Amino acid sequence: MSTEARAGHFPAVDWEGGAFPYRVGHRKLGMWLFIVSDSLTFSALLMGYSYLRASNVWPTPFPFYPSIVFSSVMTFCLLSSSLTMVFGVSASSRGDRAKARKWIFATIFFGVAFIVLHLIEWQHLIHEGLRPFFLPEHWVKAFTTTDGVPPSPLFGATFFTITGLHMFHVASGAVYLFIVALRANKLKHEDIEISGLYWHFVDLVWMFVFPLIYIMSVDVGGHLAAVH
Amino acid sequence: MSDHAQHGDEHFAGSNKLFISIWVWLLGLTLIEIFLAYRPMAIHFMLTILLGLSIIKAALIMAYFMHLKFERLSLIITLVPALVICICLLFVFFPDSFRSQTLRYQFKEEPPVAPAQVEEP
Repeated sequence: MSTEARAGHFPAVDWEGGAFPYRVGHRKLGMWLFIVSDSLTFSALLMGYSYLRASNVWPTPFPFYPSIVFSSVMTFCLLSSSLTMVFGVSASSRGDRAKARKWIFATIFFGVAFIVLHLIEWQHLIHEGLRPFFLPEHWVKAFTTTDGVPPSPLFGATFFTITGLHMFHVASGAVYLFIVALRANKLKHEDIEISGLYWHFVDLVWMFVFPLIYIMSVDVGGHLAAVH
Repeated sequence: MSDHAQHGDEHFAGSNKLFISIWVWLLGLTLIEIFLAYRPMAIHFMLTILLGLSIIKAALIMAYFMHLKFERLSLIITLVPALVICICLLFVFFPDSFRSQTLRYQFKEEPPVAPAQVEEP
């Protein structure tokens, strides 16, 4: 007998919440608590990034192509993956596990597309000379202020840390979903819903990373084009 | 006991049409963000708008895709306020960034030189 079923035998004597005050199983509640703690991890990282950005001369090096085009398509991939995941959970709730599995595989496809595009974007920046603690020479030239203050070399550290940790979450989520898809017939509906919660969280985090890291660092003034 | 735990399969609230409309809204808000990136405006103003849009997008994802809107209120009250308060507390450190900027760049011209020592006869 499962924990939930055993807990169901306890009478709800004093309050109507009974043995399930939140009306969710312990696994789903555990995933929600993990999501809360992971949200704080990303919040702290984004706060650290904002702190460094406000206290330094910060480069704004991203051109429309490839950076903004790639990151926009990546955003489209993640949003679409969330849609396919919710379709999968919905199909699972109707007991249609075959359809649920197909939608989960579609979600994995979009997740892998996101990772591939992100790695290409990283490759562009690394090829340009960006490293965790060094800026490319032409970036330093372009973004040094008129009174001679150079841009912060920590741009690369914050960029690779935040986007790298997010990419790690996407990659581990894709592996998690792959296992769930393979075992879809054996798992309970709640297990599939829990995997969906994790995936939507990964999407949610990107909704903050994309504007703060990419949109706020667009080279609107054409600084880099001017030094080339 | 809740029926939730007893049944393997249960009704998942929300129609596919609703989820597609949320997806369209999320894409639309993203396009507004990209459009804003190329509009000349003060960085504080842009940051406020972008964060506002991000919070709306996060709320849509949590409410509909993560199904929180259809969960019991006690779960929402347990999770969301604690998270929001903790994130707000992180902002306590933020004003210090402006102070450290003035500390770092206080010697814009030549740094002060130590006075030469006078040799004793």
